[in-house]
Amino acid sequence: MTYTVEALGIRKAFGGKQVLDGVDLAVATSSVFALLGPNGAGKTTLIRILATLTKPDAGVATVAGHDLRTDPRGVRRSISLTGQYAAVDEVLTGRENLVMMGRLLHLPRRAARLRADELLADFGLADAADTRVKTYSGGMRRRLDLAVSMVVRPPLLFLDEPTTGLDPRSRQQLWGVVKGLADEGVTVLLTTQYLEEADRLASTVAVLHQGRIVAQGTPAELKSRADGASLDDVFFALTEPDAQADADFAFKGAVR
Amino acid sequence: MTYTAATSSSLADAATDVSVMIGRGLRRSQRDPEAFVTALMLPVVLMLLFVYVFGGAFAAEGGGRYAQYVVPGLIVLCAGQGAGTTAVAIATDMSSGIVDRFRSMPIASSSVLAGQIVASLARNLLATALVIGVGLAVGWRPVASPAQWIAAIGMIVLFILAMSWLAAAAGLLVRSPEAATSATLAFMFVPYLSTAFVPAGTMTRALRPIAANQPFTPVIETMRGLWMGHTSTGASTVHEAILAVIYCAVITVLSAAGASYLFRHRTAA
Repeated sequence: MTYTVEALGIRKAFGGKQVLDGVDLAVATSSVFALLGPNGAGKTTLIRILATLTKPDAGVATVAGHDLRTDPRGVRRSISLTGQYAAVDEVLTGRENLVMMGRLLHLPRRAARLRADELLADFGLADAADTRVKTYSGGMRRRLDLAVSMVVRPPLLFLDEPTTGLDPRSRQQLWGVVKGLADEGVTVLLTTQYLEEADRLASTVAVLHQGRIVAQGTPAELKSRADGASLDDVFFALTEPDAQADADFAFKGAVR
Repeated sequence: MTYTAATSSSLADAATDVSVMIGRGLRRSQRDPEAFVTALMLPVVLMLLFVYVFGGAFAAEGGGRYAQYVVPGLIVLCAGQGAGTTAVAIATDMSSGIVDRFRSMPIASSSVLAGQIVASLARNLLATALVIGVGLAVGWRPVASPAQWIAAIGMIVLFILAMSWLAAAAGLLVRSPEAATSATLAFMFVPYLSTAFVPAGTMTRALRPIAANQPFTPVIETMRGLWMGHTSTGASTVHEAILAVIYCAVITVLSAAGASYLFRHRTAA
């Protein structure tokens, strides 16, 4: 098994608060890995560290074979980040956003335009191609955001809470898009606070709680270790402060 | 068809990054009708206000019309307003997700700021051209030679660059567009405490040294000296120009260094 992300002992504190307290992570190539956790668990911080946007206090990581500390540029060449808020330019049109990204990734002008057309069609945005993103619905923005991430297909795609704030229909659509990318072999590391999302998309789920990975496995494994209960039960058992002791007992086998 | 990211990072790539970002900056300012109209209305309205409403009450030196005096001051005032727009534009950018995306891409991060600065320069030069045009229409009659015109424009470009970088640093420092708006109000008021609208000698004793020595004054006096043949401070144009260039260079270097540092280390909320 080869891994696109390998991280060891990642620690990060903000103003005395230990947000990440020694996170180990291994994301298999061509898998969809979900980082599940409640608000404030440190999911976004971990993504930002792996995307070179924040420096960890301690720990080492390689992303697509590039050392995070010594070769951040190599990491940046291998990733695409779709943040918690759609990372697109609202003042520009959908097409302009895509062409701009193509140019920034040094596609020739013509190739950038062709690629934009392809992506607009693939992501169901052809009709809105020449209107400003400001007028897009939440679902359209996220789709454009993903399209922008796919201008040049990266080995690794970060999706930070891709469906937070979306209505159920847009969420379904976006799940379809992510599944499609995964089928094409893109490695996806996504964060979510929705159990259903992790269950639907991910081949591996890791539960992040209070800065640590408290459980990891396939959705089925996690469920079976909770005696066949839903992933919700697993999650609540793990992240409820009073239930920590029970959880430790129940998940001895699941903790790495 | 498959596409792969280019792996080389040559000077040509960096040039592409910068030109793409400049295109983005220009498009964005073109599509911000409110700021755009303000930027273009301000010079016209202020010129008319100062020349026809206040101008009669100001005894301009040599008994000339007030338009002869006020043009450089209005250019600086409009550049102050333009700097405010730049600070807000950058703070807005930083609070949106797109900058995180740029920063996680293999592109020269300085190109993002460069795009904003060049867009700022373009907006401000347009406003300056309007001040000059309206000035000529209401009776401003500079006596400068072509070489002096070029020097005056060079002074304006240097000054706008300094203001734009200062605005960029301010916008990055305060983070939110709302805070940037209030932080840059100062840019609008500092010119009043210079020789922009009245000579320092006419102010109260306490304000005179401030007005005579603050950075905007030599910039204004350099333009005034080049266009009208004499400054309002009594110092030579060359003396004012040397001071002005030093001020602008120092502000540019410090602000650009500060802005680049902040851009790299500030993490958008």
